[in-house]
Amino acid sequence: MSQQIYTHVFDNGLTLLAEPIASLESAAFTLLLPAGFVYDRPDRVGVANFTCEMMLRGCGSRDSRAFVNDLDNLGVERGESCAASHMSFSGATRAANLMPTLSIYADLVRRPHLPGDQLEAGRAVVLQELQAIEDDPAHKVMVDLRRRHYGDPWGRPSAGEEATLESADIDELKAYFAQHSRPNGAILAVAGRVDWDATVREVGKLFGDWKPTDVPPPADVVHKRASHHEHHESNQTQIGVAYRSVPYNHPQYFQAWGAVGALSGGMSCRLFTEIRERRGLCYSVYASHHTLLDRGSVLCYAGTSAERAQETLDVLVAELKRLSAGIEPAELDRLKARVKSGLIMQQESSSARSGSIAREHYLLGRVRTLDELSQLVDAVTCASINEYLAANPPRDFVVATLGGAPLELPDGVS
Amino acid sequence: MEFRKHELANGLSIVAECNPDAHTTATGFFVNTGARDETDEVAGVSHFLEHMMFKGTPTRSADDVNREFDEMGADYNAFTSEENTVYYATVLPENQDRAVGLLADIVRPSLREDDFNTEKQVIIEEIRMYADQPPFGADDKIRARHFAGHPLGRSVLGTVDSVGGLAVDQMRDYFRRRYSPGNMTLVAAGRVDFDRLVGLAERICGGWETVATDRAVPAHASHAGFEALVKDSSAQEYIMQLANGPSATDPERFAAKLLAVIVGDDSGSRMFWELVDSGLAESASLAHHGYQGAGLFMSYLSCDPENAEDNLRRVEEIFCRVEREGVTPAELATAKSKTSSRVVLSGERPRGRLFNVGLNWLNRREYRSVKDDLDAIDGVTVEQIAGVLRRWPLSQTTTVAIGPLATMKAP
Repeated sequence: MSQQIYTHVFDNGLTLLAEPIASLESAAFTLLLPAGFVYDRPDRVGVANFTCEMMLRGCGSRDSRAFVNDLDNLGVERGESCAASHMSFSGATRAANLMPTLSIYADLVRRPHLPGDQLEAGRAVVLQELQAIEDDPAHKVMVDLRRRHYGDPWGRPSAGEEATLESADIDELKAYFAQHSRPNGAILAVAGRVDWDATVREVGKLFGDWKPTDVPPPADVVHKRASHHEHHESNQTQIGVAYRSVPYNHPQYFQAWGAVGALSGGMSCRLFTEIRERRGLCYSVYASHHTLLDRGSVLCYAGTSAERAQETLDVLVAELKRLSAGIEPAELDRLKARVKSGLIMQQESSSARSGSIAREHYLLGRVRTLDELSQLVDAVTCASINEYLAANPPRDFVVATLGGAPLELPDGVS
Repeated sequence: MEFRKHELANGLSIVAECNPDAHTTATGFFVNTGARDETDEVAGVSHFLEHMMFKGTPTRSADDVNREFDEMGADYNAFTSEENTVYYATVLPENQDRAVGLLADIVRPSLREDDFNTEKQVIIEEIRMYADQPPFGADDKIRARHFAGHPLGRSVLGTVDSVGGLAVDQMRDYFRRRYSPGNMTLVAAGRVDFDRLVGLAERICGGWETVATDRAVPAHASHAGFEALVKDSSAQEYIMQLANGPSATDPERFAAKLLAVIVGDDSGSRMFWELVDSGLAESASLAHHGYQGAGLFMSYLSCDPENAEDNLRRVEEIFCRVEREGVTPAELATAKSKTSSRVVLSGERPRGRLFNVGLNWLNRREYRSVKDDLDAIDGVTVEQIAGVLRRWPLSQTTTVAIGPLATMKAP
């Protein structure tokens, strides 16, 4: 499959990426703005998320109604979120509507109104996001797991802290926006039926005169990882387990990723087979590799009835420890087959590709083609994974649980 | 893009939308069976059976099934609804035979008793998981209440008691009655070699025994009512409402979909501006669902318990106002843009087309291209939407609320 990925860095630091896919009718974009929640002051966690909410309430020549209405008329399927490093804005629509859509988003990240008269409505929205998580135990336990595992600032809850959301005023949000919304460190990726030359030209007009600002990198706080149980009235006990791994840009990333692939992914993987298929302990169980720029982790989840939770945790941790004895060639072959199909399936979705190339550029500083990725995956051997696992056995687990009663923590848990 | 169809002598239908430009092949067995075809004694058996399909056949163990899907890098799964059970896989085109061969084998399962007993525990965990999540089982309650005795009032999951009490022979009997080839359709979309597909189906499925199957499609009386359930541990109040709407075979279903987008889409709708943008509710939405012989408008509201009664009154006002005044041409034009764009985007993936082609075939024995759907959306008028509202008023609802409120008044 012929595939070309274009990159252009504007003088102000904005990176533009494009992947033309001629077989699609649609085009999609992902805009990563380096203004995620790690930039919040430690005592004001939630300002970034609240600012993101308020940015959607009118920009440029449009009030909030015109903003939503114009995007709807352009047929844009959109989404936005405030993650650790970036606020993310994305959308997909018919190809001819991409540029008019981007001109609206240029207003959003450069000229939002942040209207004071809508502050209380926005506050109610972000506070209710927190309330909704209270009613979603599987989500809640993973929020707690990240906090216990990563500490501050990378393990913060993305929705923010209630006290901050209650007390922030419009000036604080405006100040956050003014300091953090900037082209340097921002990534705009487009994919689908797009023309590169026209894209560079149009995006240059929309974003070229955006002025860069200096923002110091977020400071890591020394953190002692520790397990935690939280009481929750429910039928099931929720279990989260985390341990350290390597990030995406690490030379042994594909080895670490291969090891997690033996644990979880398809239905023939170890956790699904041992915990669900053989023992019938859970409906939902998984492990996934989670990467930040400079560190990675493996995050695992299982949810089960209170009386079976101890066995589930014990089997889960035993499987994690058993990984250090190595994986089998057949497990790696299945993982490679899944990944290669997955890469080709992505080619059928403009939004999947715009998201992938934007994230990869952030994590790696460049974008690999699918051929390059395919070759890297091919080159991974069972021996190299097992060597990695022998040197880096899963250990020092942090466990977060949510339910009626705490569990006994197996050996090797902090 | 070409539509092809074929029927085996034993009644198995094979339909495909063949697109030589696609990168992948999506394929699946669509079975015309679900919760509505159950009785009280076997409540939940359709969904439990869906799980058992992955537990092995006379020639494959459960591990073999999972391993073989993973070996070909398939993206595969299954789901059960009120009226369908679907097993599907997306693969690279060179794996078409393997994927179809494996799917065709697993839908003739062994249903071994020890697997049945282990999987029963997994199903019970699934039921408990949903019981811990909003709307905490209120979705089953409202369906039972609204359909009051009609088959569409049945729960897909069943209960811990009904699934716990199932015997493997009851499942085997249900399988024999419902998985007759005439009650199943093999569907494919994307890059499909149709002649190979038919040839393979003939070899593997041609010997399947035909059994007469039937589905009761009784008329459905209208029930309205209000019920508030207390759940102290819930942080928010959740309110669902059901009103009758056009069925899956009714030509007015496109107008109903556009009406739901105008009134209750996640963003930009009347409910969005009144309740979500204003911060009065965490979420508020309306959707249309068509079934065989019945249809529903389903609304969902989640909010701070303090605002619940007031919000419900606002929803009622939105419904009454649109019944009184209809929708504007500008609203309809916007809803068409959004809906058409969604049709185009989901149509780019063979997976998206598979469900469209398969469900159209099950519901109406009809093939519709992306263009057919876009034309149907484009053709809807303001007057048609007014007609839908006259026949199926949104404000005549069954309402169930669940959350910490001890008392709650109907609007």
